[in-house]
Amino acid sequence: MNREPASEVERVVPNAFERRDPTCTQRVGDNALHLFRYARPALCFLGLLAFTAAPLHAANVNDLAAGDDGFWAQAARFASLTDPSVRYALAGALLLGLSCGLLGGFIVVRKMALVGDALSHAVLPGVAAGFLWAGTKDPLAIFVGATIAGLLGTATVSAITATTRLKEDTALGLVLTSYFALGICLLTMIQRLPNGNQSGIGTFLFGQAAALGADDIQLMAIVTTAAVGVIIAGYKELLVTSFDPGFARASGLPVGLIHHTLMFLLAAAVVIALQAVGVVLVSAMLITPAAAAYLLTDRLHRLLLLAAAFGVMSGVVGAFGSFVGHGLPTGPLMVLAASAVFAGAFLFGPRHGVAARWWRQRCQRARTRRENALKAMFHLWEEDNFGPEGVALADFAQRRRCTLEEIGVIVRELARHDFVTLDREMVYFTPAGRLRAGEIVRNHRLWELYLTESANIAPDHVHDDAERIEHVLGEATVRALERRLNYAKLDPHGKIIPSPRELHRGEHDALERPAAGGREGDRS
Amino acid sequence: MTADADAATPALEIHDLTVSYHRKPVLWGIDVAVAPGQLVGIIGPNGAGKSTLIKSCMGLLPVSGGWVKVFGKSLRDDPRRVGYVPQRESVDWDFPVSVLDVVLMGRYGRLGLGRRPGKADREAARACLDKVQLLPFANRQISNLSGGQQQRVFLARALAQEADLYFMDEPFAGVDAATEAAIIAVLRELRSAGKTILVVHHDLPTARQYFDRLLLLNMNVVAFGPTEEVFTAELLQKTYGGRLTLLSEVAQALGAGANAGGGERA
Repeated sequence: MNREPASEVERVVPNAFERRDPTCTQRVGDNALHLFRYARPALCFLGLLAFTAAPLHAANVNDLAAGDDGFWAQAARFASLTDPSVRYALAGALLLGLSCGLLGGFIVVRKMALVGDALSHAVLPGVAAGFLWAGTKDPLAIFVGATIAGLLGTATVSAITATTRLKEDTALGLVLTSYFALGICLLTMIQRLPNGNQSGIGTFLFGQAAALGADDIQLMAIVTTAAVGVIIAGYKELLVTSFDPGFARASGLPVGLIHHTLMFLLAAAVVIALQAVGVVLVSAMLITPAAAAYLLTDRLHRLLLLAAAFGVMSGVVGAFGSFVGHGLPTGPLMVLAASAVFAGAFLFGPRHGVAARWWRQRCQRARTRRENALKAMFHLWEEDNFGPEGVALADFAQRRRCTLEEIGVIVRELARHDFVTLDREMVYFTPAGRLRAGEIVRNHRLWELYLTESANIAPDHVHDDAERIEHVLGEATVRALERRLNYAKLDPHGKIIPSPRELHRGEHDALERPAAGGREGDRS
Repeated sequence: MTADADAATPALEIHDLTVSYHRKPVLWGIDVAVAPGQLVGIIGPNGAGKSTLIKSCMGLLPVSGGWVKVFGKSLRDDPRRVGYVPQRESVDWDFPVSVLDVVLMGRYGRLGLGRRPGKADREAARACLDKVQLLPFANRQISNLSGGQQQRVFLARALAQEADLYFMDEPFAGVDAATEAAIIAVLRELRSAGKTILVVHHDLPTARQYFDRLLLLNMNVVAFGPTEEVFTAELLQKTYGGRLTLLSEVAQALGAGANAGGGERA
């Protein structure tokens, strides 16, 4: 609480604290006191509110309890499609989900997401102009006005970037806000008109699927059909101009015409979605389903189908939620549904999802842990000169610097993977375990040898790198390393590089002899 | 067969071509005629306008003066005779397409608007992928390829265009030795099939080995001719050593004047 007034003082009296004026600290104290004095009644007022709100809250709960019944009744009404407004809302949601999802796919791969956002805000003055022109909420007049305004907005962006040194992001921001501000002013004026109050033109801001009528649905169907038709007929042109416009132009394709067709369809799709989703959020219906689809596939046609499916899904969920939620705005509900789909794809996508990545990392860590334990066991066995293949649990724990209980956990995990068997206090390699342990030790020593011989790194610097690399070296790389190192038998520290193939056949002699030789060499 | 008929007319004729970026001339009065069946290297320092030259030949950049004819005609009349390998960095390799999809794009120009690639196009695309030794990767998404492989995908796409005149923008930039060998083999094969190829190149030692003719470029044509005649210390010095500052300044002043004049007329 003291910080605020202090900075206030600093602002009013520069360098107040350097001068250490006692009156300043006095004023700070005063301010704090004042604040507290005002805070007390404010707290009382809040308490009073809470008190009076309690019965209100209870009333709400009652409402909900009564509405619980109502929820299922409403849901049944929605599902039965007897209510024409339900039919319109549902058809509208389907159509807008389809057209926005499909076109959004192209918007996302063309990196034009912000263009979609600017376009959706730029249509608002056109909506108002269409209303003023027709005098009523005539869908066609509004459609024409809004489409013109949207295209004018994108033309303004192009004009600004082409003639000034401003870049596209700035131009988009400028156009988005100025057109939107103009639209809000015009809409407010319309609502003051005698016939403005019943116009329902306010739904254009946040969307109300229930406000859709037969005319609106007709228009939506026409636009969606056009969009689907153009995408099917011009799929290859849209694909190549999105991926490599320079190449497309060099091949003689009309890149400009294709771009403008797409922008026109985009403007039309935004306009038909306006009433249901609202100006503020309509760009989310373009971007979110397509973005979710992009996380799940790496082919454009699949991306478009998924985006359309996600768009339709979110649209229907939004329309349903708005219907049973007693006039909750449709737009935010649709966008929330689409965002939920995106969150699902982001978290649980099979390839790029957070959960999948976490799981892969976890598996890798577990494997590294197992392999390090196997390696330690191999070292013990090696120090025992490859004698009896058992390792005492206590020695193992000592080597891994952990307790008997902790080593027990690791050994049981190894046993689950059939790498070892546990016989009271002794751990024994299975053939598979012996092979894997030999491979890890070989990878480690091969890599150390490679680093010292080929990369001229000092032998005491190579261990840590080898610790990491030993778990990920593939069989092909190992073969290449072996060839490159002339099938060397000894690592830079004079330890033998085991040959897992011989280990597998049980030919320990091959290991023992050079090992003994190595030790003699060390002694001398 | 068309190449035979065109033997008399140059594959590419550039006349007095001038190109400017923001009033700054990048190319100034370029005059070049390339006979069919030649493998031409375009070399010059950074900013010499090498990419600009081939892009403006294909009509990808607005030119402020001069004209370009391909086999005696404007490119707009028949864009199918030209194939293009853009710089690898010019596209987003995370784009959701497969290797085969990209190569199929080479067929789009021949197909015309609204027609979809059929089985024959698919077969042709596979054959082109095979030529650059990438057929096994046909169904991979393109970001899963190495840089050299990506460059070869672009080459395969250009092969699928079945053009007579090829423009290639730095196809050897940042590729591995295997890719470099594969690309040069394909280029020689194209040349022996009578195609004309212009390659923007940045490496002088290999330029001498690879190309029949060299176009030494630094804002204007310093020299154009058979490699053994043009690849001389004197001409290279003229191309690389020292900026042509005076010409650049004069040209800039003239370019600004021309642009202002154009503005008045418009």
